[in-house]
Amino acid sequence: MSRSAARDWAPAIIVFVVVLIAWEVSLLTLGVQSFLIPRPSVIAGSLVTEWPTLIKGVLFTGAEAVGGLIVGVALGTVCGLATSRWASARELLLPVAIGASAIPIIAFAPITLNWFGPESLLPRMTIVAVMVFFPVMVNTIRGLTNVEPAALELLSSYAASESQTLVKLRGPNALPYWFTALRIATTLSVIGAVVGEFFGGPLYSLGIYITLETGHSRYPTAWAAIVLACAMGIGLYLVAVALERLVIPWQAAREMAR
Amino acid sequence: MTTASGSLPRASGRPIAATGPRPGRSRRQRVAGLAVVLVGLLVLWEGAKWLGGDPWRIHATIAGVQIDYEHFPPLKWRIADDLSLPHVWDIIRAFVDPAQRGGPPLGVVLSGQAAFTLAEAFAGFVIGGLLGLGLGIFFVHSRLAERALVPYVVASQTVPILAIAPLVVVAIKADWLSVMAVAAYLTFFPVTIASLRGLRAVDPRALELFRSYAASRRQILWQLRLPTSVPYLFAGFRVAAAASIIGAIIGEQTAGVASGLGSAIINYNQYYISAPERLWATIVMCTVLGLFFFGAINIAEAIVTRGRYRPVEGLL
Amino acid sequence: MTSDQTPGPAAGDAAPVVEATGVGKVFATSGASVNALEGVDLTIRGGEFVSLIGPSGCGKSTLLRLIGDLTAPTTGTILINGKPPARARQDRDYGMVFQAPVLMDWRTIAKNIELPLEIMGFPADERTRRSTDLLRLVELDAFAERHPWELSGGMQQRAAIARALSFDPKLLLMDEPFGALDEMTRERMNAELMSIWRRTGTTIVFVTHSIPEAVFLSTRVVVMSARPGRIAQVIVIDLPAERSVETRESERYFELVTRVREALRQHESTDEVIGTSDAERVRGEGLA
Repeated sequence: MSRSAARDWAPAIIVFVVVLIAWEVSLLTLGVQSFLIPRPSVIAGSLVTEWPTLIKGVLFTGAEAVGGLIVGVALGTVCGLATSRWASARELLLPVAIGASAIPIIAFAPITLNWFGPESLLPRMTIVAVMVFFPVMVNTIRGLTNVEPAALELLSSYAASESQTLVKLRGPNALPYWFTALRIATTLSVIGAVVGEFFGGPLYSLGIYITLETGHSRYPTAWAAIVLACAMGIGLYLVAVALERLVIPWQAAREMAR
Repeated sequence: MTTASGSLPRASGRPIAATGPRPGRSRRQRVAGLAVVLVGLLVLWEGAKWLGGDPWRIHATIAGVQIDYEHFPPLKWRIADDLSLPHVWDIIRAFVDPAQRGGPPLGVVLSGQAAFTLAEAFAGFVIGGLLGLGLGIFFVHSRLAERALVPYVVASQTVPILAIAPLVVVAIKADWLSVMAVAAYLTFFPVTIASLRGLRAVDPRALELFRSYAASRRQILWQLRLPTSVPYLFAGFRVAAAASIIGAIIGEQTAGVASGLGSAIINYNQYYISAPERLWATIVMCTVLGLFFFGAINIAEAIVTRGRYRPVEGLL
Repeated sequence: MTSDQTPGPAAGDAAPVVEATGVGKVFATSGASVNALEGVDLTIRGGEFVSLIGPSGCGKSTLLRLIGDLTAPTTGTILINGKPPARARQDRDYGMVFQAPVLMDWRTIAKNIELPLEIMGFPADERTRRSTDLLRLVELDAFAERHPWELSGGMQQRAAIARALSFDPKLLLMDEPFGALDEMTRERMNAELMSIWRRTGTTIVFVTHSIPEAVFLSTRVVVMSARPGRIAQVIVIDLPAERSVETRESERYFELVTRVREALRQHESTDEVIGTSDAERVRGEGLA
C-alpha cells in the first residue's frame, strides 16, 4: 500500500518541490524582489519572525473552524437521519436543503458579528456550522436512501424492522457519502472561518491579519499567514481522509477494484 | 418485462446513484416544501422575539383596521432583541422605504446592485466553468497530469479568497475584472471535479464500442464523454453558481466596487445600529440572488437535457 | 389451461406449501395499467422443485414476488403453509435469491451469510456454526473473510444461496439466480443446487428463462404465457430424482425439453409488454 501511495503522490510532490525551487531561484537570479508573491525563503523568514502572532491566529481561527465543523456536522447528520426516516419529510425538505446550499452564507457574517461581538469565536463558528450543515445533511439523506431496491426487498423478506434496516443496510451504505461530505466540510470550515473574519475579529485572527497585512502591502507576512491558513485546510482535509480510512477501510479497496 | 431479470447485475450490488427517477418530486411538492420551511422560519423568528425580544408595540392601521398590540416578552435574549433580529415586517418595510431621502425604494436599489453583482458573478462563472471543463478534459487524457496537479486544484480552494482577492485586485488594475477573476477562482474547482467525474462516468462498454470504430480521441470526447458528463457538469454548476456569487461579493468588497451588493453590505453594516433592517434586507437580497442563480441553472439543465438525462443530485 | 394429473416424484402426500387460487395482479404504473397476472391457480407441495418459465412479461417474477409477500395480489388468495404471505414472511418461512447477488460490500462473505441470522436474533455461536457449515456446502470456505467485490459472479451467487439457506427456510424462492452466469458455470451451479435440494429437502420455486435448466432442475415445469400473464401448461418432469450430467444427455430429457419448448411456442405472444422498474416497484410497495 505504501509503495503505490508513494507512486500516486510522487508527481504532485515533485511539482511542489520543482515550483518552489524554480520560484526561489528565478527571482534570486533576476535580482527582483517580487512584490505580490515573494520568494519562498522570504515567506519562510516572515513565518519564523512573526510566529508568536501567527500561532495565536491559527489557534483562534482554527478553533472557529473546528468548532463550527463539529457542530455543523453533528446537526447535519442528526437532521439527515431524522428527515430520511419519513419519506414525506424527506421529499419536502431535501430540495430545500439543496437550494439552501446556494445561499451565500458568508453574507450573514455581519449579522452574527453584531450578535456576538468581534472578540468572540461564535460569529464565525455559527457561519461555519451553517455552511457545513447543508452538504452534510443532504449527503446523509442521500446515503441513507440511495439503497439498491433489491437490498431493501432482501431485508423485507427477512421481516427486518425499520431500525434493523437502518443499522444493517442504510447506515453502512451511507458512510461513503457521509465521508465525502465531511471532506468538503473541512475545506469549507477553514474558508468560512477566515473569510468570515473579514467583517471583524480580533487583530491576531488570521482573516484580519491577512487583510491588514495586504492592506499595508506587507506581502511576506501576509503570505506567511496565507500559507498557514492553507495548511490548516489541508490538514483538516487529511484528518477527514484518515478518519475515513479508519472507519470504512473497505471503501478504498472497493474504489480501486472499480 | 420486469427489469429484475432484464438488467445486468452489478458485481456487488452498489446502487447507481446517478440514475433512477426523481421520486415524486413534482413542482407542487417543491413549492410546498419551500412554503413549510418559510412558514416554520417565520414562526421561529417571531416566536423567539415574542418570548425573549424587545417589547412589542404595534400601533398600525392595516386595510382600515386599527391594530394596537402591546406585549412584554417574559424572557430576555440578546439575540432576539430588535437590534439583532428585527421584526420580519420591519425588514419588509425596509425594502419599500426609500434608501436615501427622496430616493427610490431600497428594494429597487438593492435589485440594481444585485443585478450588477450577478453580472460579475456570471462572467466569473463562465470563465471559471470553461477553465474547469478544460482542466477536466486535460486530466482525463493525462493521468500523470492528474496525479501531479489535482492535489493543487484541491489545495487552491483552501487558500482563502480573502487572501487571493486583495492580490488579484492589486495585480489587475480594473475593478470589475478582478471581481470576475475572484469569482472565476471559486468556480473552477467544483466544475473541474464535476467534469472529471462526468467525463470518466462513461460506460466502459461504450468506450470499447467507440474504439472498435477506431474513433479518434477527439471523437470519443465529443461524441461520448461530453454528452455523458452533462448531468455531472450541471451538478457542478449548481455548486459553482453559489461559489461565484460569494466570490463576486467578496471581490467587490476588496476592490471597493460601489455598485454591487458587496459594498451594500459594508455600507449598511456601518449603519447597523441605526437601521438594522437595511442590512438584513441586503442579506435577504443576497439570498434571493443565490437562489435565483441556482434556479436558473436548474432551468437551463431542464432545457438542455429535455428529459433525456436524469439529473445528478449534488456533486457526490 | 391443461395440466398433467400425475404428481411429481418428490411430492407424495406432502402438505401444500404454496396454494395460489385465482391470483391476479394489476400494476398501475406511470402510464397505462399492466395486467401482470390473471387467474393463476397453482399448488406446490413440500419437497417439490417447481420452475416457472415463460416469455418476458408473462408474470413469472411477479408470481414469485407475490408468494414472497414483496407485493400483494389484486385478486385471489395465496397461502404459504396455510398462512397468508405476510404472516409467512413474519414467520420467516422462506428465503429469496435474486438474479443479482445483492451482497453487502462492507461485510465479509461469512458476515453476509450471517445477515439474516443477525436480523432474526440467532445467538452468535449459532450464527458462526451455520455460516461455517454453509460455506462448506457451497464450497466457499476459503473465501469466508473476503469481500464481495473480490469474488466472481458465480461465487457471489453461491454466497447468496448460502445466505438464503442459513435459517433453514422450508421454501426457497429463486428469481433467475444463474441468469448472469456463463453456460458452464450455470450447469455446475445447477448440479450444486440439485445436491443442496436433495440434502435439505427444501421446497423450491424457481424462475428461469432457460428451458434446459428448467427441465434439469424441476419436478414440475409451469409454462406461462404473456398478455395477460397466466399459466398456460404444467408439465411433469418424470426424470429420475438423481440428476447428473448423464441426465442431460438422456433421451427422456430431450423429449421433455422439446415438450416445454413447444408449449412455450404455442402460447407465445408477440406484443411488447411494458414492465415496472425495480425502483418504481419498491416505492409502490412503500419500502423506500
